[in-house]
Amino acid sequence: MVSKEIVGLLLAGGQGSRLGILTTEMAKPAVPYGGKYRIIDFPLSNCINSGIDTVGVFTQYQPLELNAHIGIGKPWDLDRVNGGVTILSPYQKSGNSEWFKGTANAVFQNIHYIDKQNPEYVIILSGDHIYKMDYSKMLDAHKKKNADATISVFEIPLEEAFRFGIMNTEEDGKVYEFEEKPAKPKSNLASMGVYIFTWEVLRQYLIDDNNNKESDYDFGKNIIPNMLKDDKRLFAYSFEGYWKDVGTIQAYWESNMDLIERVPEFNLFEQDWKIYTVNPVMPANLIGPTGSSTHSIVAEGCMVYGSVKNSVIFPGVYIEEGARIEDSIVMSGSYICKNAYIKKSILCEKVRIEEGVNIGLGDDIVNELKPDIYNNGISVIGEKAIVPKDTVIGKNVVIDRDVTADDYENLQVASGATIAKGGTE
Amino acid sequence: MKTALGIIITGGNNLKLKELSAKRSVSAIAYGGRYRAIDFVLSNMINSGIKKVGVVTQYSYRSLMDHLGSGKEWDLDRKTGGLFLFPPYLSGEGSGWYKGSADGMYHNLSFLKRSKEEYVVIGTGNCIYKMDFKELIDRHEKSNADISVCCRDMSDIDAEEIKHFGMVQIDDNGRIYEMLEKPNNPKGTLASMGIYCLKRTLLMELLEESASKGLYDFVRDILIRKTSELHIKGCVFDGYWRSMSSVPMFYKTNMELLDPAIRKELFLDGGKIFTKVKDEAPAKYNDEANISNSIVADGCIIEGEVINSVLFRGVKVAKGVVIKDSIIMQNTEVMENAKLTNVILDKEVVISEGKELKGESTFPLVVGKRVII
Repeated sequence: MVSKEIVGLLLAGGQGSRLGILTTEMAKPAVPYGGKYRIIDFPLSNCINSGIDTVGVFTQYQPLELNAHIGIGKPWDLDRVNGGVTILSPYQKSGNSEWFKGTANAVFQNIHYIDKQNPEYVIILSGDHIYKMDYSKMLDAHKKKNADATISVFEIPLEEAFRFGIMNTEEDGKVYEFEEKPAKPKSNLASMGVYIFTWEVLRQYLIDDNNNKESDYDFGKNIIPNMLKDDKRLFAYSFEGYWKDVGTIQAYWESNMDLIERVPEFNLFEQDWKIYTVNPVMPANLIGPTGSSTHSIVAEGCMVYGSVKNSVIFPGVYIEEGARIEDSIVMSGSYICKNAYIKKSILCEKVRIEEGVNIGLGDDIVNELKPDIYNNGISVIGEKAIVPKDTVIGKNVVIDRDVTADDYENLQVASGATIAKGGTE
Repeated sequence: MKTALGIIITGGNNLKLKELSAKRSVSAIAYGGRYRAIDFVLSNMINSGIKKVGVVTQYSYRSLMDHLGSGKEWDLDRKTGGLFLFPPYLSGEGSGWYKGSADGMYHNLSFLKRSKEEYVVIGTGNCIYKMDFKELIDRHEKSNADISVCCRDMSDIDAEEIKHFGMVQIDDNGRIYEMLEKPNNPKGTLASMGIYCLKRTLLMELLEESASKGLYDFVRDILIRKTSELHIKGCVFDGYWRSMSSVPMFYKTNMELLDPAIRKELFLDGGKIFTKVKDEAPAKYNDEANISNSIVADGCIIEGEVINSVLFRGVKVAKGVVIKDSIIMQNTEVMENAKLTNVILDKEVVISEGKELKGESTFPLVVGKRVII
């Protein structure tokens, strides 16, 4: 077998709990984004566009959607005879069987997969970020510096540095210190969670880390600090461009809205760095005689007889006459009936909004049950939920998935309320 | 269900389609913002459980080959069955260009010989319709006919166009007793849709027989010649069906997709219509976009006014542009303040700033591939 110079290792097992009901039944990397994509499409497309044709995807939390999406990797041209995409999930072993205990442990448990590819380098990626990056340039830098590890960093405002893992570097980019969420940051270089390692070096660190019962088995918390301790050659690699962690409802919403700008900073229309995904089998969208669409992106299969403004509409959404959608994200297969008004909300897949419903009106009161998740005025309607005729829904409201008309006590759902299947929790 | 294989006859070029067919087979003609005509017959076959399809092609087939590829979009990249492409080939005996539809099939007789399927469904590649061939095969089997020919009342199509169809007369039992190819004065409005069902073994016999007599055309030399000898049954279909055989028909057919009932029949009811998809971003509408009653494919960026039009993927419409009653094919760019009415722009056309083009609703203006105006 031909050995690969570099193998991609994509950590896609995280829940992304701060995305609330978006991730109840799917892992964060599977969350729909930008009108037709899922978050994982970005690192996967970056891999193939960078010439990396062998990618292991680590899954653990709710992998069904993710597995179905990735399949054998056709959309990314990763259905290869030699290499391609491989889904790596926790498995039973003779002796002890366990879940992936951390990011480094996930890779450790699959050392045999990597050994089989026999690569010189591995690149560790996460399925949490929206960005376009040429990993081959980063690999060039790694080789040029003769590094053991290269960590991709993003310059952030210094006042926000306390929220990130910060790399303190010498002039030539050599990392001398890594601080996780420092109270007094010395630099503004935040780690993006994208690492290139020389495989031989990393392999030993993974084995040693696994033997340490005290470890968190995490790249950021253990492997990188251990390598620094041993004076290994770690270098920062500066990335410039659009890079967003879409880990919270607010960040997710904002990043989607970035796409509708006239010339977005993050442009999905660039032909030389396409983002691939499973394409829906649907006809082109139809804007009806009574329909309109401005400052928005609208995917295939949509039929728009109402008005769409400042919004991102996924495939197969039907918007009836008189319905108005503003500042919102509407996912695949949702149906919006006549004269409904939806403002600054996220509608998950196959939601049904009946006639005359209003969503996103009223005072900005944070969600009572989960104030740390729903606190930016955005209401979220879960998958396959129904909002019955003439219901008025406030801000920061959560309508859980599969909620039906019977679950509503009355037609007024105040800001900050939550409606769950079978009554309020 | 009885097993069947599919054969698609992709036809020659068509002078009536002018520039639209100059560089592509009529089966590769664009439709509905993202499709090519052949997607319909092919998807109908797949949705009807046909797992093996031969495509007989001759004229300008590069664009068609490119579109079909390995057949993976139609789930036809199979080890057993799948997609077979039959362009003309050279060999020792009687080879070269196909002289007609029967000749095209005869030259690939080994495809039929090696197959085991009991029935064959033959269709042409340039028509837009949704049909369940399972039902056709069932009806054929029950009727005990030798050949079933799908027919349709074409009274919703312009009389001039009907002259180019094969007109059929059927008796009370549904048997075809007369079939005329492109008559000048057609009797009635019942025409053949170019869709046939028959036993594979019978098809092989008929093809061998006509080849031995130096006859080449399936309609003229087999169906019409043998109308009385064989039991040929007319299977009447009452759904939507269009043949994009001329510029006005191409225009009309594309425009009709703005009708939600037709969109529903073709795309939402029954199986899906599959096509080769390019990975484009969803359509983007900027602030000034003023769009009404139009179809817009992925990859489009709209900043102007678009009314009653069909835009294929990757079309750019700049500010101040007004597009009315037009069909704009893929990757065409319409620059600031251009005005287009009743035009068909083929792919990768560039309309520069302020240009005005106007055709007639009965005869739209056609601009060929990669023309810059």
